[in-house]
Amino acid sequence: MFYLSDIGKYFIMIKMSFFKPSKWKILKKLIFKEINDLIIESIPIVAILSFFIGAVISIQTAMNLSSPFLEKSLIGFATRQSVILEFAPTFMSIIMAGKVGSYITSSIGTMRVTEQIDALEVMGINPLNYLVFPKIIALLFYPFVITISMFVAIFGGFLAMTFAGVPSEAFISGIQMEFEPFHIIYAYIKTFLFAIILATVPSYHGFYMKGGALEVGRASTLSFVWTSIIIIVVNFIITQLLLS
Amino acid sequence: MIEIKNIIKTFGENTIVNNVSTTFDKGKTNLIIGQSGSGKTVLLKCLLGLHIPNSGEIIYDGVSNKKMNDNSKTLLRREMGMVFQGSALFDSMSVIENVMFPLTMLSNKNDEEIRQKAEIAIQRVELDKAHQKLPSELSGGMQKRVAIARAIVMNPKYLFCDEPNSGLDPRTSIIIDKLIQEITKEFNITTIINTHDMNSVMEIGEKILFLVDGEKEWEGSNKEIFKTNNQSISDFVYSSELLKKVRKFL
Repeated sequence: MFYLSDIGKYFIMIKMSFFKPSKWKILKKLIFKEINDLIIESIPIVAILSFFIGAVISIQTAMNLSSPFLEKSLIGFATRQSVILEFAPTFMSIIMAGKVGSYITSSIGTMRVTEQIDALEVMGINPLNYLVFPKIIALLFYPFVITISMFVAIFGGFLAMTFAGVPSEAFISGIQMEFEPFHIIYAYIKTFLFAIILATVPSYHGFYMKGGALEVGRASTLSFVWTSIIIIVVNFIITQLLLS
Repeated sequence: MIEIKNIIKTFGENTIVNNVSTTFDKGKTNLIIGQSGSGKTVLLKCLLGLHIPNSGEIIYDGVSNKKMNDNSKTLLRREMGMVFQGSALFDSMSVIENVMFPLTMLSNKNDEEIRQKAEIAIQRVELDKAHQKLPSELSGGMQKRVAIARAIVMNPKYLFCDEPNSGLDPRTSIIIDKLIQEITKEFNITTIINTHDMNSVMEIGEKILFLVDGEKEWEGSNKEIFKTNNQSISDFVYSSELLKKVRKFL
């Protein structure tokens, strides 16, 4: 029952964040600020992680393809498939649940603890529209981050294989091998859903938290746990629906 | 003027405010006093519309909360100013931005007019030199002044203050109390202050409501409070050794 009421409250929160909108002039500023905080500032960490994980994926694939009967281009193929289907959209989103999610929960949670959300309500401002809506809109640009992750991870794999002596033509032909455009669509459908989860689940934990400074930390941890779980479960459902 | 009739507010099985009725007068500093946990903040939040009473009626200048739809409740809130216990200033905004915030969000004035109004409010609370400072760079007393400036910038009809001098030294407390009282007279607004500070009671308590365990125990003025025969309020007022000694001279 407890979880059911939470789920209900979560969807009401999303609905309410679209009601009683603040002035467009204000919202525009807030959206640009959130794009900077949530998207632009995430790019360096996403690029670094993607580069090295892409490299590791290709090295591990190469290790497991030691038979001389297997073509070297399979390394490029396996790297591309792993990155596009799973690593970039799903695992990068879990990493982002830690970075972006805890930032969202702690910033909204601190506003709750210090009565800033009450102050907004007293002024007659819809705090959900003011705080959550710009985050939802900003995270609609999240597929852009995942696109960068895909390119950088494959590039990381390419460089690792070049240094390991695998001919670059073989890796590149592997990347192009049996390319299925629907896999890209599948990856972006997932990314879009994860973006909504990344914006709303941490906002929910911050907005409805109770207590003081200690609870802000607890809410951030809880938010990361739940965001990760929901991402993994949604990933499974979407994969079942679209790929099985 | 705000009139409350038989307000009851419960959380689960706990009755926090129990059948409280009173009138808060316009142009006066109305105080709600009582021990911690007596229901002061919950009653204040009911008046602000942050809590919905289980029963009872709140009448704002003749208009009952029961007859208000969501739209008129939103409009009513725009006539309210609130000074929170911890000031509740927006951390990422400077003093001037904090004061400009309600006008920017809710009025149709242009940026220049908004800035001018905010500057007048800041001047009124004597913080002219702190325009560009962030709340974290201000003392507790200065933060309260900014909160007061933000509360009055929309020319509210009702000003609510939740323990406005908690955490302040006695001298700053009196300055803040006097400032609130002056603003109340100047703008002829209905001011309601939650406090358990006896200095505030003595200095600005023109109308006092005393709560015990969520119930109205006594009401009167600061002139009457020291002469009352009510045991509960006498115990509350003369709870400190200093005031017990003062009592001997009264």
